[in-house]
Amino acid sequence: MLGITLLTFIIIKALPGDPVLSIVGERAHPDVIEKIRKELGTDKNLLRQYLGYVGLLIKGEFGRSYYTNRRVFDDLLLKFPNTLKLALTAMIIAIPVGLILGLISAYKKDTFMDRLISSVSVTGLSVPVFWSGLLIMLFFSLKLKIFPPSGTGDIRFLILPSLTLSLPAIATLSRVTRTTIIEILDMPFVNTARAKGIAELKIKLIHIFKNALIPIVTVIGLDFGSYLNGAVLTETIFGWDGIGRFTMEGIIKRDYPVVMGCVIACTVIFVLINLFVDVIYHYIDPRVRLYENSR
Amino acid sequence: MKTAGKISVAILILICFFSIMAPLISKYDPNMINLDHIKEPPSLKHILGTDNKGRDIFSRILYGGRISIVVAVTATLLSMGIGLVIGLCAGFLGGKVDTAIMSFVDLILSFPALLLAIGISIILPPGIYTVMIAITAVGWASFARIIRGYILTLKEALFIEAARALGCSNMRILFRHLMPQCTPLLLVMMGLKLGGYILTEASLSFLGLGAQPPVATWGSMISANRVFISTYPWMVFFPGLMIAVTALCFNTLGDSLKDSYNLKIKG
Repeated sequence: MLGITLLTFIIIKALPGDPVLSIVGERAHPDVIEKIRKELGTDKNLLRQYLGYVGLLIKGEFGRSYYTNRRVFDDLLLKFPNTLKLALTAMIIAIPVGLILGLISAYKKDTFMDRLISSVSVTGLSVPVFWSGLLIMLFFSLKLKIFPPSGTGDIRFLILPSLTLSLPAIATLSRVTRTTIIEILDMPFVNTARAKGIAELKIKLIHIFKNALIPIVTVIGLDFGSYLNGAVLTETIFGWDGIGRFTMEGIIKRDYPVVMGCVIACTVIFVLINLFVDVIYHYIDPRVRLYENSR
Repeated sequence: MKTAGKISVAILILICFFSIMAPLISKYDPNMINLDHIKEPPSLKHILGTDNKGRDIFSRILYGGRISIVVAVTATLLSMGIGLVIGLCAGFLGGKVDTAIMSFVDLILSFPALLLAIGISIILPPGIYTVMIAITAVGWASFARIIRGYILTLKEALFIEAARALGCSNMRILFRHLMPQCTPLLLVMMGLKLGGYILTEASLSFLGLGAQPPVATWGSMISANRVFISTYPWMVFFPGLMIAVTALCFNTLGDSLKDSYNLKIKG
Protein backbone atom coordinates (compact mmCIF):
# COMPACT_ATOMS: atom_id res chain seq x y z
CA MET A 1 0.00 0.00 0.00
CA LEU A 2 2.77 2.42 0.95
CA GLY A 3 4.57 1.45 -2.25
CA ILE A 4 1.51 2.40 -4.26
CA THR A 5 1.27 5.85 -2.68
CA LEU A 6 5.00 6.42 -3.17
CA LEU A 7 4.90 5.43 -6.83
CA THR A 8 1.88 7.60 -7.59
CA PHE A 9 3.44 10.48 -5.65
CA ILE A 10 6.63 10.28 -7.74
CA ILE A 11 4.61 10.15 -10.93
CA ILE A 12 2.43 13.08 -9.98
CA LYS A 13 5.35 15.23 -8.83
CA ALA A 14 7.28 14.53 -11.99
CA LEU A 15 4.45 16.00 -14.05
CA PRO A 16 5.35 18.93 -16.26
CA GLY A 17 3.42 22.16 -15.91
CA ASP A 18 3.13 24.11 -12.72
CA PRO A 19 -0.28 23.74 -11.10
CA VAL A 20 0.07 27.16 -9.51
CA LEU A 21 0.46 28.79 -12.89
CA SER A 22 -2.59 27.06 -14.26
CA ILE A 23 -4.67 28.33 -11.34
CA VAL A 24 -3.75 31.99 -11.47
CA GLY A 25 -2.77 32.25 -15.13
CA GLU A 26 0.58 33.05 -16.69
CA ARG A 27 0.56 36.77 -15.96
CA ALA A 28 -0.09 36.73 -12.22
CA HIS A 29 2.06 38.83 -9.90
CA PRO A 30 5.00 36.87 -8.36
CA ASP A 31 3.74 37.67 -4.82
CA VAL A 32 0.38 36.09 -5.57
CA ILE A 33 2.10 33.00 -6.95
CA GLU A 34 4.26 32.74 -3.84
CA LYS A 35 1.20 33.08 -1.60
CA ILE A 36 -0.68 30.30 -3.39
CA ARG A 37 2.42 28.10 -3.26
CA LYS A 38 2.46 28.46 0.52
CA GLU A 39 -1.26 27.65 0.72
CA LEU A 40 -0.85 24.49 -1.36
CA GLY A 41 2.31 23.50 0.48
CA THR A 42 4.32 23.05 -2.73
CA ASP A 43 7.12 25.28 -1.39
CA LYS A 44 8.25 22.64 1.10
CA ASN A 45 10.72 19.94 0.08
CA LEU A 46 9.50 16.76 -1.57
CA LEU A 47 10.02 14.43 1.39
CA ARG A 48 7.96 16.64 3.69
CA GLN A 49 5.29 16.94 1.03
CA TYR A 50 5.19 13.17 0.70
CA LEU A 51 5.06 12.56 4.46
CA GLY A 52 2.31 15.18 4.72
CA TYR A 53 0.44 13.40 1.95
CA VAL A 54 0.67 9.98 3.57
CA GLY A 55 -0.39 11.53 6.88
CA LEU A 56 -3.48 12.91 5.19
CA LEU A 57 -4.19 9.60 3.45
CA ILE A 58 -4.21 7.79 6.78
CA LYS A 59 -6.86 10.23 7.92
CA GLY A 60 -8.85 9.42 4.80
CA GLU A 61 -8.07 12.76 3.22
CA PHE A 62 -6.94 12.94 -0.41
CA GLY A 63 -6.32 16.68 -0.44
CA ARG A 64 -8.37 19.26 -2.25
CA SER A 65 -8.82 19.78 -5.97
CA TYR A 66 -6.73 22.71 -7.19
CA TYR A 67 -9.69 23.93 -9.22
CA THR A 68 -12.89 23.49 -7.31
CA ASN A 69 -11.21 23.47 -3.89
CA ARG A 70 -13.53 20.60 -3.00
CA ARG A 71 -12.13 17.67 -1.06
CA VAL A 72 -11.13 14.96 -3.53
CA PHE A 73 -12.32 12.31 -1.12
CA ASP A 74 -15.85 13.77 -1.15
CA ASP A 75 -15.89 13.87 -4.93
CA LEU A 76 -14.62 10.30 -5.10
CA LEU A 77 -17.35 9.18 -2.72
CA LEU A 78 -19.86 11.00 -4.87
CA LYS A 79 -18.68 9.44 -8.14
CA PHE A 80 -17.69 6.00 -6.91
CA PRO A 81 -21.26 4.63 -6.71
CA ASN A 82 -21.73 5.50 -10.39
CA THR A 83 -18.62 3.58 -11.42
CA LEU A 84 -19.59 0.72 -9.12
CA LYS A 85 -23.06 0.60 -10.70
CA LEU A 86 -21.45 0.45 -14.13
CA ALA A 87 -18.93 -2.23 -13.14
CA LEU A 88 -21.54 -4.37 -11.39
CA THR A 89 -23.95 -4.21 -14.32
CA ALA A 90 -21.10 -5.13 -16.64
CA MET A 91 -20.29 -8.07 -14.34
CA ILE A 92 -23.92 -9.18 -14.24
CA ILE A 93 -23.86 -9.30 -18.04
CA ALA A 94 -20.37 -10.76 -18.36
CA ILE A 95 -20.36 -13.60 -15.82
CA PRO A 96 -23.29 -15.70 -17.06
CA VAL A 97 -22.62 -15.05 -20.73
CA GLY A 98 -18.89 -15.73 -20.42
CA LEU A 99 -19.45 -18.89 -18.36
CA ILE A 100 -22.08 -20.31 -20.67
CA LEU A 101 -20.00 -19.62 -23.78
CA GLY A 102 -16.93 -21.14 -22.13
CA LEU A 103 -18.83 -24.26 -21.01
CA ILE A 104 -20.38 -24.81 -24.41
CA SER A 105 -17.09 -24.48 -26.21
CA ALA A 106 -15.28 -26.76 -23.75
CA TYR A 107 -17.85 -29.56 -23.93
CA LYS A 108 -18.24 -29.25 -27.70
CA LYS A 109 -14.48 -29.10 -28.18
CA ASP A 110 -13.30 -28.98 -31.81
CA THR A 111 -16.79 -28.69 -33.23
CA PHE A 112 -18.12 -25.82 -35.27
CA MET A 113 -19.71 -24.23 -32.16
CA ASP A 114 -16.37 -24.29 -30.34
CA ARG A 115 -14.53 -22.65 -33.22
CA LEU A 116 -17.25 -20.03 -33.57
CA ILE A 117 -17.22 -19.16 -29.87
CA SER A 118 -13.42 -19.16 -29.71
CA SER A 119 -13.11 -16.81 -32.64
CA VAL A 120 -15.81 -14.53 -31.22
CA SER A 121 -13.94 -14.35 -27.93
CA VAL A 122 -10.57 -13.61 -29.54
CA THR A 123 -12.32 -10.85 -31.43
CA GLY A 124 -13.78 -9.57 -28.17
CA LEU A 125 -10.26 -9.29 -26.78
CA SER A 126 -9.01 -7.43 -29.83
CA VAL A 127 -11.67 -4.78 -30.29
CA PRO A 128 -10.88 -1.50 -28.51
CA VAL A 129 -13.67 -0.57 -26.08
CA PHE A 130 -13.79 3.02 -27.25
CA TRP A 131 -14.53 1.84 -30.78
CA SER A 132 -17.04 -0.86 -29.89
CA GLY A 133 -18.63 1.69 -27.55
CA LEU A 134 -19.05 4.19 -30.34
CA LEU A 135 -20.47 1.53 -32.67
CA ILE A 136 -22.89 0.34 -29.99
CA MET A 137 -23.89 3.94 -29.40
CA LEU A 138 -24.36 4.48 -33.13
CA PHE A 139 -26.50 1.39 -33.53
CA PHE A 140 -28.67 1.38 -30.43
CA SER A 141 -29.18 5.03 -29.72
CA LEU A 142 -28.69 6.90 -32.96
CA LYS A 143 -30.19 4.40 -35.44
CA LEU A 144 -32.66 2.40 -33.34
CA LYS A 145 -33.19 5.17 -30.76
CA ILE A 146 -33.80 2.64 -27.95
CA PHE A 147 -31.34 4.04 -25.43
CA PRO A 148 -30.07 7.57 -24.80
CA PRO A 149 -26.54 8.06 -26.25
CA SER A 150 -24.90 9.61 -23.23
CA GLY A 151 -25.39 11.00 -19.77
CA THR A 152 -25.76 9.78 -16.21
CA GLY A 153 -29.05 8.59 -14.90
CA ASP A 154 -31.34 5.59 -14.53
CA ILE A 155 -31.01 2.13 -15.97
CA ARG A 156 -31.57 3.26 -19.56
CA PHE A 157 -28.35 5.23 -19.43
CA LEU A 158 -26.56 2.35 -17.77
CA ILE A 159 -27.14 -0.40 -20.31
CA LEU A 160 -24.98 0.71 -23.26
CA PRO A 161 -21.80 1.58 -21.31
CA SER A 162 -21.98 -1.58 -19.25
CA LEU A 163 -22.59 -3.67 -22.36
CA THR A 164 -19.46 -2.11 -23.88
CA LEU A 165 -17.49 -2.71 -20.72
CA SER A 166 -18.59 -6.34 -20.49
CA LEU A 167 -17.39 -7.36 -23.98
CA PRO A 168 -13.68 -7.90 -23.17
CA ALA A 169 -14.63 -9.48 -19.85
CA ILE A 170 -16.93 -11.98 -21.59
CA ALA A 171 -14.06 -12.83 -23.92
CA THR A 172 -11.48 -13.49 -21.19
CA LEU A 173 -13.94 -15.36 -19.01
CA SER A 174 -15.06 -17.72 -21.75
CA ARG A 175 -11.46 -18.42 -22.79
CA VAL A 176 -10.36 -19.23 -19.25
CA THR A 177 -13.44 -21.36 -18.61
CA ARG A 178 -12.78 -23.31 -21.79
CA THR A 179 -9.10 -24.09 -21.10
CA THR A 180 -9.71 -24.96 -17.45
CA ILE A 181 -12.59 -27.32 -18.16
CA ILE A 182 -10.70 -29.03 -20.96
CA GLU A 183 -7.79 -29.63 -18.59
CA ILE A 184 -10.07 -31.08 -15.93
CA LEU A 185 -11.90 -33.35 -18.37
CA ASP A 186 -8.83 -35.62 -18.52
CA MET A 187 -8.52 -36.01 -14.75
CA PRO A 188 -9.08 -39.43 -13.16
CA PHE A 189 -11.90 -38.28 -10.87
CA VAL A 190 -14.06 -37.59 -13.91
CA ASN A 191 -13.64 -41.21 -15.02
CA THR A 192 -14.45 -42.38 -11.51
CA ALA A 193 -17.63 -40.36 -11.48
CA ARG A 194 -18.62 -41.80 -14.87
CA ALA A 195 -17.84 -45.31 -13.70
CA LYS A 196 -20.05 -44.79 -10.69
CA GLY A 197 -22.87 -44.11 -13.13
CA ILE A 198 -23.51 -40.52 -12.26
CA ALA A 199 -25.53 -38.73 -14.91
CA GLU A 200 -23.34 -37.06 -17.52
CA LEU A 201 -25.02 -33.67 -17.07
CA LYS A 202 -24.45 -33.82 -13.32
CA ILE A 203 -20.77 -34.59 -13.84
CA LYS A 204 -20.42 -31.72 -16.26
CA LEU A 205 -22.27 -29.12 -14.28
CA ILE A 206 -21.35 -30.06 -10.71
CA HIS A 207 -18.25 -32.25 -10.49
CA ILE A 208 -16.18 -30.60 -13.18
CA PHE A 209 -17.45 -27.09 -12.75
CA LYS A 210 -16.72 -27.03 -9.04
CA ASN A 211 -13.10 -27.94 -9.71
CA ALA A 212 -12.80 -25.31 -12.39
CA LEU A 213 -13.99 -22.52 -10.12
CA ILE A 214 -10.62 -21.29 -8.83
CA PRO A 215 -9.17 -19.98 -12.09
CA ILE A 216 -12.59 -18.68 -13.04
CA VAL A 217 -12.98 -16.72 -9.81
CA THR A 218 -9.43 -15.37 -10.20
CA VAL A 219 -10.27 -14.09 -13.63
CA ILE A 220 -13.47 -12.49 -12.41
CA GLY A 221 -11.43 -10.68 -9.76
CA LEU A 222 -8.78 -9.60 -12.24
CA ASP A 223 -11.49 -8.49 -14.65
CA PHE A 224 -12.50 -5.94 -12.09
CA GLY A 225 -9.20 -4.22 -12.85
CA SER A 226 -10.09 -4.22 -16.53
CA TYR A 227 -13.43 -2.64 -15.66
CA LEU A 228 -11.53 0.16 -13.90
CA ASN A 229 -9.24 0.55 -16.93
CA GLY A 230 -12.12 0.42 -19.33
CA ALA A 231 -14.12 2.81 -17.21
CA VAL A 232 -11.76 5.66 -18.10
CA LEU A 233 -12.49 5.14 -21.80
CA THR A 234 -16.12 4.08 -21.60
CA GLU A 235 -17.16 6.79 -19.17
CA THR A 236 -15.48 9.41 -21.36
CA ILE A 237 -17.40 8.20 -24.40
CA PHE A 238 -20.79 7.81 -22.77
CA GLY A 239 -20.47 10.85 -20.53
CA TRP A 240 -21.07 8.69 -17.44
CA ASP A 241 -20.22 10.69 -14.34
CA GLY A 242 -17.92 8.22 -12.58
CA ILE A 243 -14.33 7.89 -11.42
CA GLY A 244 -13.06 7.19 -14.95
CA ARG A 245 -14.27 10.50 -16.36
CA PHE A 246 -13.13 12.25 -13.18
CA THR A 247 -9.59 10.87 -13.76
CA MET A 248 -9.58 12.01 -17.37
CA GLU A 249 -10.72 15.52 -16.44
CA GLY A 250 -8.05 15.63 -13.75
CA ILE A 251 -5.38 14.65 -16.28
CA ILE A 252 -6.45 17.31 -18.74
CA LYS A 253 -6.53 20.06 -16.10
CA ARG A 254 -3.35 18.85 -14.34
CA ASP A 255 -5.36 18.63 -11.16
CA TYR A 256 -2.80 16.45 -9.33
CA PRO A 257 -4.72 15.66 -6.14
CA VAL A 258 -7.64 14.47 -8.27
CA VAL A 259 -5.52 12.18 -10.50
CA MET A 260 -3.61 10.88 -7.50
CA GLY A 261 -6.78 10.28 -5.52
CA CYS A 262 -8.38 8.44 -8.44
CA VAL A 263 -5.37 6.23 -9.14
CA ILE A 264 -4.95 5.37 -5.47
CA ALA A 265 -8.64 4.76 -4.95
CA CYS A 266 -8.87 2.48 -8.00
CA THR A 267 -5.73 0.58 -7.05
CA VAL A 268 -6.84 0.12 -3.46
CA ILE A 269 -10.19 -1.20 -4.66
CA PHE A 270 -8.44 -3.52 -7.09
CA VAL A 271 -6.05 -4.83 -4.42
CA LEU A 272 -8.89 -5.33 -1.92
CA ILE A 273 -10.94 -7.27 -4.46
CA ASN A 274 -8.04 -9.57 -5.22
CA LEU A 275 -7.44 -10.04 -1.51
CA PHE A 276 -11.10 -10.94 -1.13
CA VAL A 277 -10.75 -13.41 -4.00
CA ASP A 278 -7.75 -15.00 -2.27
CA VAL A 279 -9.79 -15.42 0.88
CA ILE A 280 -12.76 -17.03 -0.84
CA TYR A 281 -10.46 -19.57 -2.52
CA HIS A 282 -10.50 -21.37 0.78
CA TYR A 283 -14.27 -21.69 0.74
CA ILE A 284 -14.39 -22.79 -2.88
CA ASP A 285 -11.61 -25.30 -2.50
CA PRO A 286 -10.72 -26.39 1.03
CA ARG A 287 -7.42 -27.76 -0.31
CA VAL A 288 -6.19 -24.16 -0.51
CA ARG A 289 -5.08 -23.23 2.97
CA LEU A 290 -5.17 -19.66 4.24
CA TYR A 291 -1.97 -18.04 5.54
CA GLU A 292 0.16 -20.37 3.51
CA ASN A 293 3.06 -18.84 1.66
CA SER A 294 2.12 -19.25 -1.95
CA ARG A 295 5.66 -19.16 -3.30
CA MET B 1 0.84 -23.95 -37.16
CA LYS B 2 -2.90 -23.86 -37.67
CA THR B 3 -4.52 -22.24 -40.69
CA ALA B 4 -5.80 -19.35 -38.56
CA GLY B 5 -2.23 -18.54 -37.56
CA LYS B 6 -1.05 -18.60 -41.15
CA ILE B 7 -3.87 -16.34 -42.27
CA SER B 8 -3.05 -13.87 -39.48
CA VAL B 9 0.60 -13.78 -40.51
CA ALA B 10 -0.46 -13.10 -44.09
CA ILE B 11 -2.78 -10.26 -43.04
CA LEU B 12 -0.11 -8.77 -40.77
CA ILE B 13 2.47 -8.85 -43.55
CA LEU B 14 -0.05 -7.17 -45.82
CA ILE B 15 -0.78 -4.44 -43.25
CA CYS B 16 2.94 -3.81 -42.68
CA PHE B 17 3.62 -3.78 -46.42
CA PHE B 18 0.85 -1.25 -47.03
CA SER B 19 2.08 0.96 -44.20
CA ILE B 20 5.70 0.90 -45.33
CA MET B 21 4.75 1.53 -48.95
CA ALA B 22 2.24 4.23 -47.98
CA PRO B 23 3.63 6.98 -50.26
CA LEU B 24 3.53 4.67 -53.27
CA ILE B 25 0.04 3.37 -52.62
CA SER B 26 -1.84 6.52 -51.78
CA LYS B 27 -1.26 9.71 -53.73
CA TYR B 28 -2.70 11.92 -50.99
CA ASP B 29 -0.62 13.57 -48.28
CA PRO B 30 -2.12 12.32 -44.98
CA ASN B 31 -1.96 15.77 -43.39
CA MET B 32 -2.93 17.91 -46.37
CA ILE B 33 -6.03 19.92 -45.62
CA ASN B 34 -8.38 20.27 -48.55
CA LEU B 35 -11.44 22.26 -47.59
CA ASP B 36 -13.10 21.71 -50.97
CA HIS B 37 -13.60 18.03 -50.21
CA ILE B 38 -14.61 17.75 -46.57
CA LYS B 39 -16.62 14.85 -45.10
CA GLU B 40 -16.93 12.99 -48.39
CA PRO B 41 -18.26 9.43 -48.19
CA PRO B 42 -16.09 6.62 -49.59
CA SER B 43 -15.79 6.91 -53.35
CA LEU B 44 -13.41 5.88 -56.11
CA LYS B 45 -11.34 9.01 -55.60
CA HIS B 46 -11.09 8.69 -51.81
CA ILE B 47 -11.68 4.99 -51.18
CA LEU B 48 -12.41 5.44 -47.47
CA GLY B 49 -13.76 8.99 -47.72
CA THR B 50 -12.39 12.19 -46.24
CA ASP B 51 -12.55 13.71 -42.75
CA ASN B 52 -13.79 17.08 -41.52
CA LYS B 53 -10.71 18.85 -42.89
CA GLY B 54 -10.79 17.13 -46.27
CA ARG B 55 -7.88 14.79 -45.47
CA ASP B 56 -7.93 11.41 -47.16
CA ILE B 57 -8.82 8.78 -44.54
CA PHE B 58 -7.13 5.92 -46.42
CA SER B 59 -3.81 7.82 -46.42
CA ARG B 60 -4.16 8.69 -42.78
CA ILE B 61 -4.82 5.05 -41.91
CA LEU B 62 -1.74 3.92 -43.84
CA TYR B 63 0.54 6.49 -42.22
CA GLY B 64 -1.13 6.02 -38.84
CA GLY B 65 -0.45 2.29 -39.11
CA ARG B 66 3.27 2.99 -39.23
CA ILE B 67 3.13 4.70 -35.85
CA SER B 68 0.76 2.25 -34.18
CA ILE B 69 2.71 -0.82 -35.28
CA VAL B 70 6.17 0.64 -34.60
CA VAL B 71 5.12 1.76 -31.11
CA ALA B 72 3.58 -1.61 -30.26
CA VAL B 73 6.53 -3.62 -31.62
CA THR B 74 9.15 -1.44 -29.91
CA ALA B 75 7.29 -1.53 -26.62
CA THR B 76 6.99 -5.31 -26.84
CA LEU B 77 10.69 -5.80 -27.61
CA LEU B 78 11.73 -3.43 -24.83
CA SER B 79 9.49 -4.97 -22.20
CA MET B 80 10.49 -8.43 -23.35
CA GLY B 81 14.19 -7.55 -23.02
CA ILE B 82 13.82 -6.01 -19.59
CA GLY B 83 11.43 -8.70 -18.42
CA LEU B 84 13.71 -11.46 -19.68
CA VAL B 85 16.82 -10.17 -17.90
CA ILE B 86 14.99 -9.43 -14.66
CA GLY B 87 13.03 -12.67 -14.76
CA LEU B 88 16.20 -14.68 -15.40
CA CYS B 89 18.02 -12.98 -12.51
CA ALA B 90 15.12 -13.41 -10.09
CA GLY B 91 14.53 -17.03 -11.00
CA PHE B 92 18.15 -18.05 -11.11
CA LEU B 93 19.57 -16.15 -8.15
CA GLY B 94 16.61 -16.79 -5.84
CA GLY B 95 16.74 -15.77 -2.20
CA LYS B 96 16.64 -12.13 -1.22
CA VAL B 97 17.20 -10.83 -4.77
CA ASP B 98 14.21 -12.83 -5.92
CA THR B 99 12.02 -11.58 -3.09
CA ALA B 100 13.00 -7.95 -3.69
CA ILE B 101 12.46 -8.13 -7.44
CA MET B 102 9.20 -9.99 -7.17
CA SER B 103 7.77 -7.53 -4.63
CA PHE B 104 8.48 -4.74 -7.08
CA VAL B 105 6.89 -6.74 -9.90
CA ASP B 106 3.85 -7.37 -7.72
CA LEU B 107 3.67 -3.66 -6.97
CA ILE B 108 3.56 -2.84 -10.68
CA LEU B 109 1.04 -5.59 -11.37
CA SER B 110 -1.22 -4.43 -8.56
CA PHE B 111 -2.07 -1.29 -10.51
CA PRO B 112 -4.79 -1.45 -13.11
CA ALA B 113 -2.42 -1.36 -16.12
CA LEU B 114 -3.98 1.36 -18.23
CA LEU B 115 -4.29 3.74 -15.26
CA LEU B 116 -0.58 3.34 -14.48
CA ALA B 117 0.30 3.85 -18.14
CA ILE B 118 -1.81 7.00 -18.15
CA GLY B 119 -0.04 8.17 -15.02
CA ILE B 120 3.38 7.60 -16.58
CA SER B 121 2.54 9.07 -19.96
CA ILE B 122 1.46 12.38 -18.45
CA ILE B 123 4.86 12.90 -16.80
CA LEU B 124 6.57 13.22 -20.16
CA PRO B 125 5.54 15.47 -23.02
CA PRO B 126 2.98 13.63 -25.15
CA GLY B 127 4.35 11.83 -28.19
CA ILE B 128 5.15 8.38 -29.51
CA TYR B 129 8.25 7.89 -27.33
CA THR B 130 6.21 8.62 -24.24
CA VAL B 131 3.70 5.97 -25.25
CA MET B 132 6.49 3.43 -25.80
CA ILE B 133 7.99 4.21 -22.40
CA ALA B 134 4.63 4.10 -20.64
CA ILE B 135 3.72 0.73 -22.15
CA THR B 136 7.18 -0.71 -21.42
CA ALA B 137 7.20 0.59 -17.85
CA VAL B 138 4.02 -1.35 -17.16
CA GLY B 139 4.57 -4.28 -19.52
CA TRP B 140 7.94 -5.67 -18.42
CA ALA B 141 6.47 -6.89 -15.13
CA SER B 142 4.28 -9.59 -16.62
CA PHE B 143 7.17 -10.82 -18.80
CA ALA B 144 9.46 -10.94 -15.77
CA ARG B 145 6.94 -12.87 -13.71
CA ILE B 146 6.32 -15.54 -16.34
CA ILE B 147 10.01 -15.95 -17.19
CA ARG B 148 10.83 -16.28 -13.49
CA GLY B 149 8.22 -18.98 -13.01
CA TYR B 150 9.54 -20.85 -16.01
CA ILE B 151 13.17 -20.60 -14.84
CA LEU B 152 12.19 -21.90 -11.40
CA THR B 153 10.85 -25.08 -12.97
CA LEU B 154 13.83 -25.43 -15.31
CA LYS B 155 16.49 -24.79 -12.66
CA GLU B 156 16.06 -28.25 -11.20
CA ALA B 157 16.11 -29.98 -14.59
CA LEU B 158 18.67 -32.68 -15.29
CA PHE B 159 20.41 -30.87 -18.13
CA ILE B 160 21.23 -27.98 -15.82
CA GLU B 161 22.63 -30.38 -13.28
CA ALA B 162 24.68 -31.96 -16.06
CA ALA B 163 25.97 -28.56 -17.17
CA ARG B 164 26.95 -27.78 -13.61
CA ALA B 165 28.71 -31.13 -13.26
CA LEU B 166 30.68 -30.31 -16.40
CA GLY B 167 31.86 -27.17 -14.64
CA CYS B 168 29.91 -24.50 -16.51
CA SER B 169 29.96 -21.11 -14.86
CA ASN B 170 26.73 -19.55 -13.61
CA MET B 171 26.82 -17.02 -16.45
CA ARG B 172 27.20 -19.76 -19.02
CA ILE B 173 24.33 -21.77 -17.55
CA LEU B 174 22.18 -18.67 -17.42
CA PHE B 175 22.75 -17.39 -20.93
CA ARG B 176 23.69 -20.49 -22.92
CA HIS B 177 21.52 -23.13 -21.28
CA LEU B 178 18.53 -21.43 -19.68
CA MET B 179 17.89 -18.48 -21.97
CA PRO B 180 17.48 -20.46 -25.21
CA GLN B 181 14.87 -22.59 -23.43
CA CYS B 182 12.73 -19.48 -23.06
CA THR B 183 12.47 -18.84 -26.81
CA PRO B 184 9.12 -20.56 -27.47
CA LEU B 185 7.65 -18.96 -24.37
CA LEU B 186 8.89 -15.54 -25.48
CA LEU B 187 7.52 -15.97 -29.01
CA VAL B 188 4.08 -16.89 -27.74
CA MET B 189 4.03 -14.07 -25.21
CA MET B 190 5.18 -11.64 -27.87
CA GLY B 191 2.25 -12.52 -30.10
CA LEU B 192 -0.25 -12.22 -27.27
CA LYS B 193 1.24 -9.01 -25.86
CA LEU B 194 1.50 -7.29 -29.24
CA GLY B 195 -2.25 -7.53 -29.62
CA GLY B 196 -2.72 -5.99 -26.20
CA TYR B 197 -0.18 -3.25 -26.80
CA ILE B 198 -1.81 -2.25 -30.08
CA LEU B 199 -4.93 -1.66 -27.98
CA THR B 200 -3.04 0.21 -25.22
CA GLU B 201 -1.34 2.43 -27.78
CA ALA B 202 -4.70 3.13 -29.38
CA SER B 203 -6.28 3.89 -25.98
CA LEU B 204 -3.51 6.31 -25.01
CA SER B 205 -3.72 8.11 -28.35
CA PHE B 206 -7.49 8.12 -28.01
CA LEU B 207 -7.04 9.94 -24.70
CA GLY B 208 -4.74 12.45 -26.44
CA LEU B 209 -1.57 11.23 -24.73
CA GLY B 210 0.06 9.81 -27.87
CA ALA B 211 1.32 11.35 -31.12
CA GLN B 212 0.08 14.92 -31.39
CA PRO B 213 -2.00 16.42 -34.22
CA PRO B 214 -1.79 16.75 -37.15
CA VAL B 215 0.01 13.35 -37.15
CA ALA B 216 -2.55 10.58 -37.41
CA THR B 217 -2.66 7.39 -35.39
CA TRP B 218 -5.58 4.98 -35.42
CA GLY B 219 -6.60 5.88 -31.88
CA SER B 220 -6.39 9.63 -32.32
CA MET B 221 -8.40 9.45 -35.55
CA ILE B 222 -11.24 7.89 -33.60
CA SER B 223 -11.12 10.45 -30.83
CA ALA B 224 -10.89 13.39 -33.25
CA ASN B 225 -13.82 12.18 -35.32
CA ARG B 226 -16.06 10.68 -32.69
CA VAL B 227 -18.36 13.73 -32.67
CA PHE B 228 -19.27 12.90 -36.28
CA ILE B 229 -20.25 9.31 -35.50
CA SER B 230 -23.95 9.80 -36.22
CA THR B 231 -23.59 11.66 -39.51
CA TYR B 232 -20.28 10.44 -40.95
CA PRO B 233 -19.69 7.03 -39.39
CA TRP B 234 -16.94 5.99 -41.83
CA MET B 235 -14.55 8.49 -40.20
CA VAL B 236 -14.63 6.43 -37.01
CA PHE B 237 -15.39 3.01 -38.43
CA PHE B 238 -12.29 2.38 -40.57
CA PRO B 239 -9.52 3.37 -38.10
CA GLY B 240 -11.21 1.24 -35.42
CA LEU B 241 -11.52 -1.65 -37.84
CA MET B 242 -7.78 -1.47 -38.45
CA ILE B 243 -7.03 -1.55 -34.71
CA ALA B 244 -9.35 -4.50 -34.25
CA VAL B 245 -8.01 -6.47 -37.23
CA THR B 246 -4.36 -5.91 -36.29
CA ALA B 247 -4.90 -6.80 -32.65
CA LEU B 248 -6.98 -9.82 -33.69
CA CYS B 249 -4.22 -11.09 -35.98
CA PHE B 250 -1.57 -10.76 -33.27
CA ASN B 251 -3.79 -12.51 -30.73
CA THR B 252 -4.64 -15.34 -33.14
CA LEU B 253 -0.97 -15.71 -34.03
CA GLY B 254 -0.08 -15.91 -30.32
CA ASP B 255 -2.83 -18.47 -29.72
CA SER B 256 -1.80 -20.72 -32.58
CA LEU B 257 1.86 -20.51 -31.57
CA LYS B 258 0.78 -21.47 -28.07
CA ASP B 259 -1.07 -24.49 -29.40
CA SER B 260 1.76 -25.61 -31.65
CA TYR B 261 4.35 -25.32 -28.87
CA ASN B 262 1.84 -26.90 -26.50
CA LEU B 263 2.54 -24.32 -23.79
CA LYS B 264 0.40 -23.33 -20.87
CA ILE B 265 0.72 -19.69 -19.92
CA LYS B 266 -0.98 -18.11 -17.01
CA GLY B 267 -0.82 -14.52 -15.89
